[in-house]
Amino acid sequence: MDSKIPERKFNQMNRRELFKIAPVVALGAFAVPKLQEPLLKKGLAFSDWASGKLFRKGHLAPTFEDSRLTPFERFPINGYDVEDPGVDFDVWTLTVSGAVKKPGDYKLEQIQSLPKITQNVRHVCVEGWDVIGRFSGVRLSDFLQMIGADMTAKFVCVECADDYYEYLDMATAMHPQSLLCYDMYDRPLTREHGAPLRLNIPTKIGYKQAKYLTDLKVSHVLERVGYWEDQGYSEFYGL
Amino acid sequence: MSEAVIEITSTKSGEVETAIYEHPLPVRVCHWLNVGALFVMVGSGLQIFRAFPSFGPKIPQVNLLHWPRPFALGGWLGGGLQWHLTFMWIYMGTGAVYIGYQLLSGHYKQVLFVPRDIPGIWPMVRHYFFFGPKPPATEAYNPLQKQAYTTVLILGVLSVLTGFAIWKPVQFSWLAWLMGGFNYARIWHFAVMWAILVFIFGHLVMVALHGWSNFVSMLTGWKRNPDYALPWEMNAPAMAEEVDSASTEVPSEEAEKEVASSEIMEPEGADKAPPDGGSESV
Repeated sequence: MDSKIPERKFNQMNRRELFKIAPVVALGAFAVPKLQEPLLKKGLAFSDWASGKLFRKGHLAPTFEDSRLTPFERFPINGYDVEDPGVDFDVWTLTVSGAVKKPGDYKLEQIQSLPKITQNVRHVCVEGWDVIGRFSGVRLSDFLQMIGADMTAKFVCVECADDYYEYLDMATAMHPQSLLCYDMYDRPLTREHGAPLRLNIPTKIGYKQAKYLTDLKVSHVLERVGYWEDQGYSEFYGL
Repeated sequence: MSEAVIEITSTKSGEVETAIYEHPLPVRVCHWLNVGALFVMVGSGLQIFRAFPSFGPKIPQVNLLHWPRPFALGGWLGGGLQWHLTFMWIYMGTGAVYIGYQLLSGHYKQVLFVPRDIPGIWPMVRHYFFFGPKPPATEAYNPLQKQAYTTVLILGVLSVLTGFAIWKPVQFSWLAWLMGGFNYARIWHFAVMWAILVFIFGHLVMVALHGWSNFVSMLTGWKRNPDYALPWEMNAPAMAEEVDSASTEVPSEEAEKEVASSEIMEPEGADKAPPDGGSESV
């Protein structure tokens, strides 16, 4: 044993070592009411940034056999406001605006003229439950091409008949499984499931899959995020 | 810190005591950061669980248990998610730094449970639960402690993996698949949390019962008057002393084999050290 020190010096050394771990109390900043919200906002933004990095354009969400489908009557209806905003199907159009070559009002028949895709995919709610549903519609990417969207734009924003609003990042909008959906379980969308047109985005959490679409805007800047995001939920929430 | 073992001359009595530097700074910082992170992860995780306290279908929903709001963090689902998705980075960060440091420094030998710890398990269980005699301490942690710390590290890794399977069931669909699907991943994540809580309960009980010097050493790194002779780095000779009578009769060839088989666990150059060298100096 080479080192022999008096007790006084040992106690000194212990105090010094204790001070060295003092930076740990910086975590206490999260307990300060004034700092808590901005810190958590930063943390959530960091998670969203990481989510964006983890997203892979060509990676497909798992699809399922018909036998795995959740029965239609057990597919939850999660409206944030009303289950039926009273859309008049006869005059309904999707109003397209923003960074597109062909803005204007698009009828359902025009949208349905694009190739029809059907997929059995998992729908995950932020609450924690999940169901496997059967969705049909057209690829959002096909529609963006149809309207001559500027592919350098970053966002696709939608508005809904029930005043709900949402956005998708362009990479997710261009994903092959991202649909403008008009059929569920091989039947036209029912009103409570978002008739006549909704989003089906298997790479996103449930609340990003807006129902009762009325407006679609391709945009370089995000003017408005999304209804639940504005309440404090994750903005990107990719699965 | 140049010396892992020092001698202290008591001011009052003038007697000489030993002290061992048990926990390097990165270990201590990670330990206490992780205490905070784990507290937040469990509290906010239970808040998230409250939004759908079931592992069955949504329709009809059968709740597993009602977790009271005061025992959850964040106030509401969105708040719980904010805490969870923020502190998971601190949780994973401290875990990664801890594991990385332990591996690179070789300090992992102090906590990692290895096959040769197995025979020591039963005597410790007998001591703790059935009033058996206390097995002599030969290193910082007894076999049962090493088993517990190693297990909780594995649980920590599992908590991250199951968490990713829930957070990213598409990007990490293979992870969710490994766990039996998205819904099973939720079950595993929940179960792992309870397993960690069981560990924490036991850990706190042990600290409360006879852990004051252990508690202090996790703060300052130094343990005064340790009940084991030498730190791990010089532990091999100390153990040799314990089995002294037996080892002298073992043919040297056998002994060499033993050294080779446990080579990963031995500090560098341990086999070159004289058999009793380390323990002589105590």
